[in-house]
Amino acid sequence: MFLDRFWANTINGLSYGSIYALVALGYTLVYGVLQLINFAHSEIFVIGVFGVYFTFLALGFQPGQTPNVPLAGIIANLVLAGAVGMILAGVAAVILERVAYRPLRKRNAPRLAFLITAIGASFVIQQVFRITRGSNPEGTIRLLPPEPLFRIFGAPVTNLQVIIILAALALFVVADTFVNRTRLGRGVRAVAQDPATATLMGVNRERVIMITFLLGGLLAGAAALFYLMTIPQGAVFNGGFLLGIKAFAAAVLGGIGNLRGALLGGLILGIAENYGQSLFGGDWRDVVAFVLLVGVLMFRPTGILGESLGKARV
Amino acid sequence: MSLLQLSDVNVAYGRIQALRGISLTVQEGQIVSLIGANGAGKTTTMKTISGLLGLQSGSMTFDGEDLTKVRADLRVRKGICQVPEGRGIFPGMTVLENLDMGGFVRSDRRSKEFADDQERAFTYFPRLAERRHQVGGTLSGGEQQMLAIGRALMARPRLLLLDEPSMGLAPQFIQQIFRVIEDINREGVTVLLVEQNATQALGLAHQAYVLETGEVTRSGPGSELLADPTIQDAYLGVS
Repeated sequence: MFLDRFWANTINGLSYGSIYALVALGYTLVYGVLQLINFAHSEIFVIGVFGVYFTFLALGFQPGQTPNVPLAGIIANLVLAGAVGMILAGVAAVILERVAYRPLRKRNAPRLAFLITAIGASFVIQQVFRITRGSNPEGTIRLLPPEPLFRIFGAPVTNLQVIIILAALALFVVADTFVNRTRLGRGVRAVAQDPATATLMGVNRERVIMITFLLGGLLAGAAALFYLMTIPQGAVFNGGFLLGIKAFAAAVLGGIGNLRGALLGGLILGIAENYGQSLFGGDWRDVVAFVLLVGVLMFRPTGILGESLGKARV
Repeated sequence: MSLLQLSDVNVAYGRIQALRGISLTVQEGQIVSLIGANGAGKTTTMKTISGLLGLQSGSMTFDGEDLTKVRADLRVRKGICQVPEGRGIFPGMTVLENLDMGGFVRSDRRSKEFADDQERAFTYFPRLAERRHQVGGTLSGGEQQMLAIGRALMARPRLLLLDEPSMGLAPQFIQQIFRVIEDINREGVTVLLVEQNATQALGLAHQAYVLETGEVTRSGPGSELLADPTIQDAYLGVS
C-alpha cells in the first residue's frame, strides 16, 4: 500500500512542503536578523489567506460555484489574488514589527519580552478574525480544480501541484538571490552575523529589520494563495496555527536562520508527513512530522544545514 | 585644522559613569593615540565617536559639524570608520565579501576604483590576497585584523578609528599592522588609535591622550609622553 502510493505521496508532499517552506522562510529570516521566533508569523500568513479569499470574492467568484472563466482568466485572477495576499501580508508584517517589536527594541527589552509579545500579537490577530468573521471557515471558493496533467512512475501529477512547486521554487530563488546577491541583501546578512559591526559599515539596521519582515510577509502571502488553492475551505481564523507550527518546525529542521535550510526542511517535512499518513493512517500525519523533527534534532541539534544566516553560509 | 573635536563628553552605561568630561582634538592628517588601562574608557570613547553609544552631555563635532544627532550608520557616510575591538569580521562571509561590506556606503561598487581599492587592501596585506575566497571565520587572528583594517579602508574614511589593533596578535603581525597604520596615515587618512601597547602607540602618535577611569589625565605629543618617566612607569613596563 505504501509502495503503491509512494510517488503520489512524494509529489503531494513536495506540494505541501513548498507551502511550509515559504512560511518557514519568514520564520528563518526574522530569526536570522533578530534571533526572535516570530510566533505571530502564522497570523501574518492568515492575513494573506483572507487577503486572497476576499480578492476572490471581489473578483466575483462565489462560494460553491464553479467559475466559468477561460484558463488564462483563471490564472490572471489567481496572480492578482496572490499579489493582494502578498502585499497585505507583507505590509501587516511590517506594521507588526513597528507596533509590537520596535518599541521593545528601543527599550532594550529582554528576549523573553519579545517572545511573549509575539505570542500575544498572534492571539490578537487571530481573535480579530474570529470576532469579525466568526469561528466557521469561509465558504469554499475553488478557482482551479485539480486535474492530472501527467504521470511520474504511474503517479498522477496535478496542475495545482505543478503550479505550486514551480512557483514556490521560483520565489525561493528570488529570495535567495536577494539575500546573497544584492547590496541590501548583504546588509541583511551582515546584520544577522554581527549587528554592531554592520552598523559600523553604514548599514541601517532598522531598515534591514523592516525589509526582513516585509520579505517574510510577502512569502507568507504567496504561501497563502497556494494554501487556498490546495485547501479551498481553509480560510478560517485559526487556519495558521498548525501550519505555522509546522513551518516553524521545518525552519528548525533545516537549520533556523538558514534560507536553504528552510526550503529543505519544508520539503522534507511535507514529504515525511505524507509518508507517515500513508504508513500509519491520517491521524498520525502530524505525529510523524514532529517525531521526525525530534529525531533529527537529536543527531543534528542545529538542523540539517546548520543555523544562522551568519555562521553557516546561506 | 581640527577634524574631530570632543568637548566635555560624558557617557554612562546605566548608572555606571564610563566617560567623565572627556575633551580631545584630532587634527586632520594626524595619528592620535589613546592609551590607558583596561576599563579606562578607551573603547567607550571609540564607540561614542562612531555612534554605537550615545552621549549624556557634551559636544562632538566632525569637520565643524555637530555629530551628536547623526545616526551611527550615517557617520560612516561622513567618513568616520571604526575597526571595532575584536575585529568584527563577518564570519560567514569570504574575505572579498567582507571587503565588499566595507564599501557598503559607496555607490561606485561596480567601478574600477572600487576594484582598485580592493586590490590596495591586498597590497597592504598580501596574506589576504591568498585567502580572498576563504570565509572570515576561518582566518587567524592576525589575518582577521588585517581584513578588518582593509575593510574599513574600503569606505574611503577621512577618520579611521582603530580599537586595539594589536590585541592578541603575534609580534610579527603587530609590526606589520603598525607599519600599515603609518602608511595609511601618509596617504592622508587621519587615525585615532586606541592601544594597550603604549610603546608602539605613542611611538607613531603625533598627539596622545592618557585615559584613567573615564578621564583624560595627560595629553601631549606622542614622543613627549613616551619620554615621560611617570608614563613609562605606569604604561610602558619600564622601571
